[in-house]
Amino acid sequence: MAATHKVAQDTANGAAGNDFSIIRLLLEGRAFFSLIAIVLVFSLLSPVYFSTGNFLIMASHVAIYGLLAIGMLLVILTGGIDLSVGSTLGLCGVVAGALMQGVSLDAFGSVFYPSVWVVVVLTCALGAFVGAVNGVLIAYFKVPAFVATLGILYVARGVALLLTDGLTYNNLAGAPELGNTGFDWLGFNQFLGVPIGVLALIIVALIANVLLNRTALGRWVYSTGGNARAAELSGVPVKYTTITVYVLSGVCAAIAGLVLSSQLTSAGPTAGNTYELTSIAAVVVGGAALTGGRGNVRGTLLGAFVIGFLSDGLVIIGVSAYWQTVFTGAVIVFAVLLNSIQYSHRPKPSATAAAAAPSIPRKEPAS
Amino acid sequence: MSVASTAPGASVEPVEPVEPLEPVLSARNIAKHFGSVRALNGVNFDVHRGQVTTLFGENGAGKSTLMKILSGVYKPTSGEILLDGRPVSFDSVTEARDRGISIIHQELSLAPNLSVRDNIFMGREIRTPIGIDFAQEARLTRALMAELEEDIDPLTLVEDLRLGQQQIVEIARALSVKSRILIMDEPTSALSASEVEALFKVIRDLTSRGVSIVYISHHLEEALQITDHAVVLRDGNMTARAPRADIDLEWIVRNMVGDNFDLGRPPGGYDFGEVALSIEDAVVTEVSGANVVDHLSLSVRAGEIVCIYGLMGAGRTELLEAVAGRGELVNGRVLLEGKDMAGLTIAERIACGLALVPEDRQRDGLVQTMSVGQNLSLASIRAFVKRIFTSRQRERELVDESIRRVTIKTSGGSAAIGSLSGGNQQKVVIGKMLATHPKVLLLDEPSRGIDIGAKAEVFRLVAEGARQGLAVVFSTSEVGECLSVAHRVVVMRRGRIAAEFGADASKEKIMAVSGEAVVA
Repeated sequence: MAATHKVAQDTANGAAGNDFSIIRLLLEGRAFFSLIAIVLVFSLLSPVYFSTGNFLIMASHVAIYGLLAIGMLLVILTGGIDLSVGSTLGLCGVVAGALMQGVSLDAFGSVFYPSVWVVVVLTCALGAFVGAVNGVLIAYFKVPAFVATLGILYVARGVALLLTDGLTYNNLAGAPELGNTGFDWLGFNQFLGVPIGVLALIIVALIANVLLNRTALGRWVYSTGGNARAAELSGVPVKYTTITVYVLSGVCAAIAGLVLSSQLTSAGPTAGNTYELTSIAAVVVGGAALTGGRGNVRGTLLGAFVIGFLSDGLVIIGVSAYWQTVFTGAVIVFAVLLNSIQYSHRPKPSATAAAAAPSIPRKEPAS
Repeated sequence: MSVASTAPGASVEPVEPVEPLEPVLSARNIAKHFGSVRALNGVNFDVHRGQVTTLFGENGAGKSTLMKILSGVYKPTSGEILLDGRPVSFDSVTEARDRGISIIHQELSLAPNLSVRDNIFMGREIRTPIGIDFAQEARLTRALMAELEEDIDPLTLVEDLRLGQQQIVEIARALSVKSRILIMDEPTSALSASEVEALFKVIRDLTSRGVSIVYISHHLEEALQITDHAVVLRDGNMTARAPRADIDLEWIVRNMVGDNFDLGRPPGGYDFGEVALSIEDAVVTEVSGANVVDHLSLSVRAGEIVCIYGLMGAGRTELLEAVAGRGELVNGRVLLEGKDMAGLTIAERIACGLALVPEDRQRDGLVQTMSVGQNLSLASIRAFVKRIFTSRQRERELVDESIRRVTIKTSGGSAAIGSLSGGNQQKVVIGKMLATHPKVLLLDEPSRGIDIGAKAEVFRLVAEGARQGLAVVFSTSEVGECLSVAHRVVVMRRGRIAAEFGADASKEKIMAVSGEAVVA
């Protein structure tokens, strides 16, 4: 047994070798180390960066990206992509805003003001619905994820603009006599000093983490992304898994929409524009593979913090908005570069299979 | 031995000197090792000018490896290649092609969405300062087609051509780079009889013009019609080499199969149980509407091992996938212990006790991003889920038990799947399906691409399962496996059962029925 153990170890280390263990450590913990580096650098450059107040503000920003990124992670793990999350966020915010203005029921000739909890539930249901449309298009109608969610990106944004006629709902506070106060609680209140938005992110992240690691669905998600054909032949309900991850991504977008409109105390139809790209970036910086099957919640959270802390830091030290875009883009490209280095250092199935049993028999005619 | 024989039926044999010809291309002591696996051991053979040399051998004998070495895909571990008597070494396929060696793979490497002209000049377009000289390309294409006596318009899209014509396009492409040596890997496997005839005519035409052909085919009879020399490989060793005049079918089979290795005998000493799987009048159609599986019926009893033998395209994979729920059954039904499987998903069939070990383990069997343990437990997740959470404890027990049972050589369940050898990866796929406690296990080419030791272990697992009442159906294209593993051999040909053999089967009989060796 000891011998076989060693053989397997040697194969695993074959490409990288033991001499590079520090490099490997840096490589595997790169999101964590870059977060530390970002905090250190900006703390030196600006006296206000390293303060509780600033961290809370930055964390509130990160909460939005983070919520979207957790949903995006689930989708990316199955080998898909969800471009519609930014629009879904906007649509859900607008619908929440509209509900806060009251729903006029013509049949009764009166206006109904749902309480905030009802608004939250309805909004999440809307996010789930948008996700379900994505999922069904992809799983049953075989529309490529990129195209399906791109289409829904436009549709959701268009519907949000139609609903509001391009205007923004500014009065989200509700009125005590209508019994619908408390919407700004999500964006402004704190629990034990932590903003509610950040708490929402933490809770969603914990749920996603348990889901991925300790439930059958989590295993299905990883296997679908790793090799959908093999997963299907092993009895994994690939279609169900696909739809579920898009639904969950939609719900995450809805929560993010609620938190964002609460933070801004306004719900505009253009909210969340291009946020899908930021959340994809967070997932990628967190070490997940866009090809599916690789990635985890911890990395994605770190990725969201890296991107959030970096862009806020650039704002604080007064770098122009144009340069911020350049920096963020460079970080993303660099992260993907490191991802491909990391994954190429693992024993590749194809390469090892070729070494162990030459790939000829695979190409060999089966007759 | 020294006199080159004439190709049978080559009435247009040109004025070639019938003398000992200097070989154009020679392989001297070629060996190729992949890690610890020796794919080739000291192979020698010559390719003579204007003649057809055929390589015979079973799957995994090393034919493809040898071809890949000759065409510059691989570099030999040792030995040398002589081109016109001078040692050469190719770093790439392009380099080999520039020296006049082209290979036509079994899976054609044409772009179906492009025209014949564009395919022939792909990657070496005739350029002018303002773009591609399409007129000149078309002219040359037309000339090539005329040379091959094939009436194909240069602007036809390749996807609109019949397979045989596509092959002609591949040959034209090879000729357009002035290839002197053409390697053809299973060129006839997907062709109709008349297309084979046309191809042979082209081959004879080519050889009469001095082009040398290296030919690989599993259709022994067919290959004998065209070849001038035969080289037989077995397990990476060259077992025999002779000109056409000195050989016959029996000689090839004897040298190909050998009789020194025996996988053992089918498990015995017990009675079969009830019928576990019964396939009734199954029909599977492919996209074109043709029946890949054609009204086939088969029943297997508990404890019985049935082998489906057949050539590529006989419909074995399609049959097994349809039974497992992957493909659609157009007609007929599948009964598992009397229960109709119609409308059940793959997952539901697995739950009922019907499991498939797919043919291509990389593509269909393994999730490469997951560990050995996660792969082993993938099909039986429900067995270790408590309420909604997976139980790590139970999963570890399941994985450890599987590793022990199917004897996977690994450091443990958390090892990367890519760290295993091909044989052990195959055992992971089998172990994964065995963990679902199936009643019927289907294995599609379980011995494909694994070494002989692993093969023996895989079939030991199959025999062990059968002894405990598992009904096993496995497909193979290695005739030796049928006899030493299965209680019953079913030969499939063109979607139908061509014959069934019990214990009295012989290699020759099986191969004859499959259409591989049509003994007159």
